Amino acid sequence: MGTMKLTLKAASPSKRRRQLSKNLVAYSFILPNLLGFAIFTLVPIAFSLGLSFMHWDGANEISWAGLDNFKALRDDDTFNIALKNTLWYVGGTVPLTMACSLGLAVLLNQPIRGRNFFRTVYFFPYVASLVAVAVVWNMLFFPSAGPVNELLRTLGVDNPPRWSASVDWAMPTVVMASVWRGMGYYMVIYLAALQGIPQILYESASIEGANAWQKFRHITVPLLTPATFFISIMLTISSFKVFDLILVMTNGGPGRATNVLVLHTYNTAFRQFKFGYSSSIAMVLFALVMIITVIQFYMEKRWVEYSQV
Amino acid sequence: MDTQLTQTSLSKSATRAASSGFRRGTITKVLTYVLLIALAALMLLPFIWMASASLKLDKDVFRFPIEWIPQDPQWENYRTIWTRIPFMTFVMNSLKLTVIITFLQVATSSFAAYAFAKLDFRGRDLLFLAYLGSIAIPWQVYMIPQFILMRELDLVDKHMSLILLQAFTAFGVFLLRQFFISVPNEILDAARIDGLSEYGIYFRIMLPLSKPALATLTIFSAVFVWNDFMGPLIYLHSESLKTIQLGLRMFIQQYSTDYALIMAASLVSLVPVVVLFLAFQRFFVEGIGTTGIKG
Repeated sequence: MGTMKLTLKAASPSKRRRQLSKNLVAYSFILPNLLGFAIFTLVPIAFSLGLSFMHWDGANEISWAGLDNFKALRDDDTFNIALKNTLWYVGGTVPLTMACSLGLAVLLNQPIRGRNFFRTVYFFPYVASLVAVAVVWNMLFFPSAGPVNELLRTLGVDNPPRWSASVDWAMPTVVMASVWRGMGYYMVIYLAALQGIPQILYESASIEGANAWQKFRHITVPLLTPATFFISIMLTISSFKVFDLILVMTNGGPGRATNVLVLHTYNTAFRQFKFGYSSSIAMVLFALVMIITVIQFYMEKRWVEYSQV
Repeated sequence: MDTQLTQTSLSKSATRAASSGFRRGTITKVLTYVLLIALAALMLLPFIWMASASLKLDKDVFRFPIEWIPQDPQWENYRTIWTRIPFMTFVMNSLKLTVIITFLQVATSSFAAYAFAKLDFRGRDLLFLAYLGSIAIPWQVYMIPQFILMRELDLVDKHMSLILLQAFTAFGVFLLRQFFISVPNEILDAARIDGLSEYGIYFRIMLPLSKPALATLTIFSAVFVWNDFMGPLIYLHSESLKTIQLGLRMFIQQYSTDYALIMAASLVSLVPVVVLFLAFQRFFVEGIGTTGIKG
């Protein structure tokens, strides 16, 4: 740096020098974070793609695999099941969470007493640890004697579902738990967006005789589309990453009924030490997230309304 | 609904239409509250059940109908959990990681965010794009190269691995930058004219002005580290190093039928987060409203 400064000093007027020292000051602000961020995030991101084309057990020599890992994925039953389950989970969680969080936000965006109280309560499950949430859900939905099934039996359901212990019901149970946990978070985003809608729009609609549904359909929904767009992307990305909840609630079971991509990646990397192969699963996850995000951005023009109100 | 109500009460001529409108308004209002309370119950009952079950004998946990307030509360459950597994060690480990990572994250992020928000320098937009882009990539995509890197540095099974991985996040930089940008440039320019250096401006103007933002990041980061499960699962193997979430999972696996004890341990693991959340929940809400991104 010192020599560079000197050459520039000789070559250029003081204006250039001022800009350089401004740059140096700015870099000094960024450096502590950038150093850690570059080494522990950017470099691993760059390597993750390369690793998926390698054979490596972490102990012996690393060797080139070409497309072997990706070809092997095709015949890996667990991978195919995990892929299908992940899409199932995302397809269930994203729309349900969005609908519930919008409902909560609309409900809370009225002149009601105790609004802060309700908002706090709805948000709370989101800050509770997933391990604690998963374990209490498992107990509540315990097939033989859990309170939920006892309640269903008193209500006359003779054979209540076996929830997370049954192949058919395990995934819906996990989806339910995750919707329950996440809706308060996205509600807060919707609530912020709702508060940005000018009240005058509703008032003039009322004067023109619009009913509550018409106001919701023609004012609220269109003006919320930027928030909806944003939430759909955040929620999709975070749903593809599901891990803790599933590991503690079902550990991918029963059988492989709730095995998902991240769990499969984790198991192949840290249980079987197939680092290269595991990276190729991670790449599929990454590609899926990217493709869906790009599609969402592409579709944005069709339905998101950025109006100037 | 509200406008309808005020209009009704304002109009002196109590026509039939107005009074039926008033009644409909009241009914909707009552229904709204019923719904709000039912939903609040849905959110809280699992936790209330957890608290109630934690004070019972194992054999009474699943007794139906639910006895919400145990007649003979088993307070010793809360003593037993500390002796069954080294729960105290796990709590202290989590506390240590939470404090160190949160401090480093707030310090380095606010420093970098100041430059991104208020300084003009070469490569700023490109660098910021790299930060932003990394937020969109799921951590699980690059967790394996990270692990290999940590193994090369001989940091696996040491707290340092998690500290290095989690202290320098793009998320913190992004969140604080969003807040810093809203501070008017005029204030900073005035300080520059008065001869304050950029470091002086950062410490004496920016930081004091953005206490809510710093509080927001502190809380987000602390809750994230305390609740983190996958990071410790991958990196911490020695029992003496494990965190509260790993300890809780260990407890669940080892004593899978000690239902009451599991609930007591779960509840204990929630206490710090609940306290933090209730004390600072306004920052949570504002933080999400501003950035919409989570850690």
